[in-house]
Amino acid sequence: MKPASFEFHRARSRAGAVELLTELADGDPKIIAGGQSLVAMMNFRLARPGHLVDITGIDDMTGIEVDGDRLRIGALTTHRTVEKAGLGVLSAAMRWVGHLPIRTRGTVGGSIAHADATAEWCMLAVLLDARIRVLGPAGSREIAAGEFFHGPFWTALEPDELIVEIVFPWPLPPAALTEYADRKGDFALVAAAVDLDRERTVLGGVGPVPLLVDSLDAEEIAAGLDVRDEPGVSAHYRRGLARTLVRRAVAEASP
Amino acid sequence: MIQLIELTVNGERHDLVVEPRRTLVDVLRHDLGLTGTHVGCEHGVCGACTVLVDGAPVRACLVFAVQCEKTDIRTVESLADADGTLSDLQQSFADHHGLQCGFCTPGMLMLAEGFLAEEPDATKEEIRDVVAANLCRCTGYQTIVEAVDACARRRRAARQEVLGRSAS
Repeated sequence: MKPASFEFHRARSRAGAVELLTELADGDPKIIAGGQSLVAMMNFRLARPGHLVDITGIDDMTGIEVDGDRLRIGALTTHRTVEKAGLGVLSAAMRWVGHLPIRTRGTVGGSIAHADATAEWCMLAVLLDARIRVLGPAGSREIAAGEFFHGPFWTALEPDELIVEIVFPWPLPPAALTEYADRKGDFALVAAAVDLDRERTVLGGVGPVPLLVDSLDAEEIAAGLDVRDEPGVSAHYRRGLARTLVRRAVAEASP
Repeated sequence: MIQLIELTVNGERHDLVVEPRRTLVDVLRHDLGLTGTHVGCEHGVCGACTVLVDGAPVRACLVFAVQCEKTDIRTVESLADADGTLSDLQQSFADHHGLQCGFCTPGMLMLAEGFLAEEPDATKEEIRDVVAANLCRCTGYQTIVEAVDACARRRRAARQEVLGRSAS
């Protein structure tokens, strides 16, 4: 389908984007970056923002920087850039993000803001205790990934706030993310990510937000899941996938 | 609301008046008449509308044309010579039967063109992985993988020859 009408605005700076969000507050504004989730939702008319604020022209929100014990990834950095940056688990996990043409355009910040329950970035952020740095009219603040995701497409981000960067602890631990979908590149039915140092697992596709479990024991994790039978996907099947994927992720992360 | 935008497509500049909600694929097809780019699902799943934006393969249904100002857009029309001679990649698709009905072909060509430019040494496995981005309901993909792989090999051989000649 075709998207509903909206007005288009270009932000030239971070502060300019926040100003636009504040000014347009009554007209249901939405930030657009790569648009790889948002435009699909608009084409389906599942999303009908009155205004789009394009932030792709802001030049100081792209890039990856090691800053002492922190790895800072600008919100506008694309999945493809991370994939090719040699950043351990983060780069390796990018092969699960859609397909190449999605990864060349989709951004890290966009993925976090969209907050799909099986999105790789949301899982990685929760697994590694990333912090989401946002800018609003009152200034900037950092939100722990563990407190950021409230539900599918629902986050701690205020309507007038902009995600500026995602901050991961550095160096990254031995970790891995793996998934299963019926067709390659589809949204995962179940996804699992493990951190061997802290012996924790994050599962996607088993609840409304990424589920953090302090264990690497595939049997125990699968048995403890609160999943129900759904059309086409029984609880038994989902549990089995979780068990297998945790094992695979542990194997991939092991040196 | 309408907006005046300037797009560069296949090296040619166009001034256009469009609604912001117009996706790039609709502007290419309806406003510029470049109907080589096909449109299938309109939600980023089928890849029929794949074009190059600044050299990278992009789903033209998942980007608004207003977002593409100051970029270099390339469509399937840019591949063949003005006299109709097919590009090496197009010829390879023909030679290896990489198309049947042809609906997915423009998207497949631009996907492969962008990918090979970035990864000229891609293995057959990597090519197989990348073409999974686009749907083809005729070929079963095998012949597409072979076409892209053969083109990549020929380009590598040509590059070697040039390197060999300049070394001697």
